[in-house]
Amino acid sequence: MNFVMPDLYPASAEIFILLMACVVLLADLFAGKGRRWLAYLLAQLTLVGCFVITVLTRDGQNVTTFSNMFVSDMLADFLKLVLYPAVAVMLVYSREYLAARKLDRGEFYVLVLFATLGMMVMISANHFLSVYLGLELLALSLYALVAIDRDSARATEAAMKYFVLGAMASGLLLYGMSMVYGAVGSLDLFEVGQRVATGGGDRAVLVFGLVFIVSGLAFKLGVVPFHMWIPDVYHGAPTAVTLFIGSAPKLAAFAITLRMLVIGLNGLAEHWQTMLMFLAALSIALGNLAAIAQTNIKRMLAYSAISHMGFMLLGLLSGLTGPEGMLDQTFAALNAYSSAMFYAIAYVLMSLGAFGMVLLLSRAGFEAENIEDFKGLNKRSPWFAAMMMILMFSMAGVPFFVGFFAKFAVLQAVVAAGHVWLAVFAVLFSLIGAFYYLRVVKVMYFDAPTDMAPLEAPPDMRILLSLNGIAVALLGLLPGGVFDYAIFATYGFIAGY
Amino acid sequence: MDFKTALFYIFSAILVIAALRVITARNPVHAVLFLVLAFFNASGIWFLLQAEFLAIALIVVYVGAVMVLFLFVIMMLDINLERLRQGFWNNLWLGGPIAVLMAVEMAAVLSTRSFGLEAMPAPTPATGSNAKALGAAIYTDYVYPFELASIVLLVALIAAVVLNLRQRRDHKQQHPARQIAVKRKDSVRIVSMPAEKE
Repeated sequence: MNFVMPDLYPASAEIFILLMACVVLLADLFAGKGRRWLAYLLAQLTLVGCFVITVLTRDGQNVTTFSNMFVSDMLADFLKLVLYPAVAVMLVYSREYLAARKLDRGEFYVLVLFATLGMMVMISANHFLSVYLGLELLALSLYALVAIDRDSARATEAAMKYFVLGAMASGLLLYGMSMVYGAVGSLDLFEVGQRVATGGGDRAVLVFGLVFIVSGLAFKLGVVPFHMWIPDVYHGAPTAVTLFIGSAPKLAAFAITLRMLVIGLNGLAEHWQTMLMFLAALSIALGNLAAIAQTNIKRMLAYSAISHMGFMLLGLLSGLTGPEGMLDQTFAALNAYSSAMFYAIAYVLMSLGAFGMVLLLSRAGFEAENIEDFKGLNKRSPWFAAMMMILMFSMAGVPFFVGFFAKFAVLQAVVAAGHVWLAVFAVLFSLIGAFYYLRVVKVMYFDAPTDMAPLEAPPDMRILLSLNGIAVALLGLLPGGVFDYAIFATYGFIAGY
Repeated sequence: MDFKTALFYIFSAILVIAALRVITARNPVHAVLFLVLAFFNASGIWFLLQAEFLAIALIVVYVGAVMVLFLFVIMMLDINLERLRQGFWNNLWLGGPIAVLMAVEMAAVLSTRSFGLEAMPAPTPATGSNAKALGAAIYTDYVYPFELASIVLLVALIAAVVLNLRQRRDHKQQHPARQIAVKRKDSVRIVSMPAEKE
């Protein structure tokens, strides 16, 4: 028996963040109560370090290591380079909020770093086991983060619901994976893909496993009919944690969906494309309709998240497959997958901004949770009212903000795949959905403020939130650069197999 | 029927009866003990398959650790059995048919050829040391998921401490360092008083 030392170089960023999470844990222990900023600073430096390491170690090649369980390809590099800034921005936004509620303990930053590690593992997963363990690492950190405000009964209830439903979703996913393993005898996504495409394994068992895998993924993405936890968790969790759950993990969930379905189970594409079609249509319909009835902005954004995830699935299901279940490398398939990726990135950007605005209006002892709390924001701060307007317009898909372009790209892919009725359906429900986004804008500009307290936010958050809003506006006008990167990443990902 | 087959049927029969008693026993402590019995018999079946490492791990981990913890939890919680049974007959009209439906569905799936005995033949029993083979696989090919699992456990540990460690204000503590450092002037005050005549 000979043991070959795995090549650690492609996983440098993961190793670095793991070491730094342990350093933050110890440093905070010895720093004491007076030096809470140390954990925050170290966490931010870790994310900067990860960014630098990923930039330095990427080479545009598909490199696998750890017996093919870990892959570093262009898709992984690109998504990780979006992931680090998303987490860093979330830390900046939530700092003041956490400090005001005495939640800014070092463990918060440690858990965020571990969750980030879990997402990186998911993004680079090339094996069912790494998908599952990355997912669990992320989920476990998130359960603890939701419950971190122990004295809040609502947060504890949300954490309990999240934990129970999350455990069930993990069970479904594992059950599906074991079925696939039973049918083809491998857990390596690439090998599973090969064997399924060449007709290996019993079809009935494979489809049975696929149903469970898609249900588990739908739970994690939060699409109808597996969406019940989303509004309660978004509402119950401290807003800073809601901001975290609602942003970066969507990228990781997108990555595992793409890798498991497109690489591992591409031979069954005709089955999962139909399943995703139902999930997407139901999510877009129910998400947009239920959001209208909400008075709480966190719940409203939760239902909007459900409809946005439905839209992202539209892109994923529109990739055509070639004959014999082989991967299709035509421009249409590339376009479909990269439109879904662009949608996920655009959604993360908008979600960060929208929850950032909720955090901006909150202060010690006051949660700006209701849509009414945005009343007359224009009188209190015209600049931030404009930012919120940009974010809401973008989420609604008003031209020419990034949300419009993302929807447009996805719909183009849907039409190219021949599902014209699905595109019409999605557009109709987006129009209905525009109502509740525009209501926030109306409240900000045409209602009299009930609360004239000045906004208390540190300058770094103000600057970053402004940049966030401007990015949403600018990316809508000039989406080319990011979209090209998304196409390159998808191409590198598909061509590598 | 050779000796091994006979053993298999004995283990399986006790396993099924014990599992049934887990859900029918009135007293939760009895249910836990029946679960322990079920685990022992399952581990016996694993022994017959020559999977000795898994068999011992099942006893050590589940019987030795998890079930003992379960027993403690049951003894500490004051469970009102009457309230647990409330509403059984009221909900039976909905629960009963669903249970029957699920059982029929499972039977329908398992009786198809894809899941039948021909499609899934019995595994050949392992030869050689299980523990050695598992160790070799875990520390070489599967070192990445193994390390990830250890990180998941670390996060679980941190999360448990974060959610449960409370510093109570009304807590009385001794500080030995401060007790040693005590000075005479902290505890005794010498007051000079003028002498007084009675």
